[in-house]
Amino acid sequence: MKIHEYQGKEILRKFGVTTPRGKPAFSVDEAIKVAEELGGKVWVVKAQIHAGGRGKGGGVKVAKSLDEVRQYAGQILGMQLVTHQTGAEGQKVNRLLIEEGADIKKEYYLAALTDRATQKVAIMASSEGGMDIEEVAHATPEKILKEFIDPLTGITDKQADNLARGIGVPEASVEKAKAEIKKLYTCYMDTDASLAEINPLILEGNGNIKALDAKFNFDSNALFRHPEIVAYRDLDEENADEIEASKFDLAYISLDGNIGCLVNGAGLAMATMDTIKLFGAEPANFLDVGGGATTEKVTEAFKIMLKNPKVKGILVNIFGGIMKCDTIATGVCTAAREVHLSVPLVVRMKGTNEDLGKQILKDSGLPIISADSMAEAAQKIVAAVK
Amino acid sequence: MSIYINKDTKVITQGITGKTGQFHTEKCQEYANGKNCFVAGVNPKKAGEKIFDIPIYASVKEAAAQTGATVSVIYVPPAGAAAAIWEAVEADLDLAICITEGIPVRDMLEVRNKMKAKEAAGGKKTLLLGPNCPGLITPDEIKIGIMPGHIHRKGRIGVVSRSGTLTYEAVAQLTEIGLGQSSAVGIGGDPINGLKHIDVMQAFNDDPDTDAVIMIGEIGGPDEAEAAQWCKANMKKPVVGFIAGVTAPPGKRMGHAGALISGGADTADAKLAIMEACGFKVTRNPSEMGKLLKSIL
Repeated sequence: MKIHEYQGKEILRKFGVTTPRGKPAFSVDEAIKVAEELGGKVWVVKAQIHAGGRGKGGGVKVAKSLDEVRQYAGQILGMQLVTHQTGAEGQKVNRLLIEEGADIKKEYYLAALTDRATQKVAIMASSEGGMDIEEVAHATPEKILKEFIDPLTGITDKQADNLARGIGVPEASVEKAKAEIKKLYTCYMDTDASLAEINPLILEGNGNIKALDAKFNFDSNALFRHPEIVAYRDLDEENADEIEASKFDLAYISLDGNIGCLVNGAGLAMATMDTIKLFGAEPANFLDVGGGATTEKVTEAFKIMLKNPKVKGILVNIFGGIMKCDTIATGVCTAAREVHLSVPLVVRMKGTNEDLGKQILKDSGLPIISADSMAEAAQKIVAAVK
Repeated sequence: MSIYINKDTKVITQGITGKTGQFHTEKCQEYANGKNCFVAGVNPKKAGEKIFDIPIYASVKEAAAQTGATVSVIYVPPAGAAAAIWEAVEADLDLAICITEGIPVRDMLEVRNKMKAKEAAGGKKTLLLGPNCPGLITPDEIKIGIMPGHIHRKGRIGVVSRSGTLTYEAVAQLTEIGLGQSSAVGIGGDPINGLKHIDVMQAFNDDPDTDAVIMIGEIGGPDEAEAAQWCKANMKKPVVGFIAGVTAPPGKRMGHAGALISGGADTADAKLAIMEACGFKVTRNPSEMGKLLKSIL
């Protein structure tokens, strides 16, 4: 689960990480009020959307007067902000963060994430802050330092020291940087984050170290023990169909193609999408109905897929294990009738009670095309939508 | 022979009294030698009771001591599953198989590091399969987990995969063309897990009753590439490879917690290329895994 920058900074502050003073604003008037409260002569007006690359897209402006705060807040609020992560349609900006200006002497990069290979927490740091870290990793991998933290012992002083000195923090600020690094690690662990990224972490003219940005992602498996983080969820930032699907315990992700697919199991669902592409078309979605593909779930899955106007055909691929093919066939027929299915439907069923399932489809009187293999199913649906 | 388990394996079920645990224990008992294999269940509140004639003990340690079981299968709900794994490790079992889906990553990080610390201190090494996996099966001998038993057939092909239904798909293709399986192993879809592709490939390589292997992977993580590099130097048997997720967009979690593209090496194309360079016979058509394997025997 992702959250906004201002929410991330609220969390960082709870763990003692130094951040600029600032508050969210949902209207231009509120933006002015926040700026007045903060005082000073320079403010930063920052669009709050979950996607990265906001600055390049025109979503971050430095205001040198309250009039400029008003002007920029007006420009940014309500705009469709397009970044390399939003897609061409962009994301509507509904919230702003108004912050005091910072005296940036140097920008660093700092992040915590779980490293799958070592099964430890990796703290990454770089002297090349403020840039896309993927680009840094590609162009100058030697400028990214990593320390692997054993969760049983936590981060050691030596590890924090290696990172702080390794990225070139001046001697006078090394202890401050080490403290921020340790606090970020604690924050990462205590909140069950899957990513905590500060880019940039800055050195100010007075030698202070501050988190100028905050990007968090949280482990969805652990949200049950973090109601305070669930409260940060912003449904405006999520795909409406994906939210709807999650209510029925369906794993759904919308894609750009025109063939909807409904599959049980994440691996088989991806393999089905890949097979559709192999035979010349593109999948409209990823959809895993999971182990218990009940009639209700299949019906909801059909409704969600068909909401997408691009869908010109549907491929159902079920491997009946514990779930029997005849049960699924009944569910598919009921769902097809309930949604008055008007696009071609290819069903491939394999496994327990396969023949019985195929017979049910055949006897239903519905124009369902049957297939024996994933490849045959993909070829048939691709042909049917052309 | 087979890998990890056979008809003589004695199994403890952790979470036997829950709905899922009960359902699958009954199915496992019905399969091949299952009646003799599933010898104990664990639930501290129901110790002394029985379920399907299987005695329930208060702890894994006690169950192991009383029955001689060396393997456990875990159906405990996510919040308590990592503790259940640790209980199996503390009881010095050979293998713990965790079926549970949805365990917090931090819990898995902690238990994996505890397991490694125990080994480093000279303690007994317990293998972990999963979590978030279907389990494993040695056809006609024993099935531990949630896979449909009847699609399998005894034979000499190994199957390993992160995905449950994709394992069944490969197994069914093999069975359909007359090729049985030595063992089929689901290592699970979570980012922090126990046995990885490389470990299972090593076991298949060492197994005199396995002639060839289908290795199935998916987007996210370094495991398939690591296994492929190991196979290039060590594997003596032919391998067919498939990676799911060529069409998966970056940055989106595709059902499995671990199926996420966060960098170039995570993509299906990158993994397929490495596997091919390491001597695997790779396919982009998942319907052809069985046939392709037959063609290289």
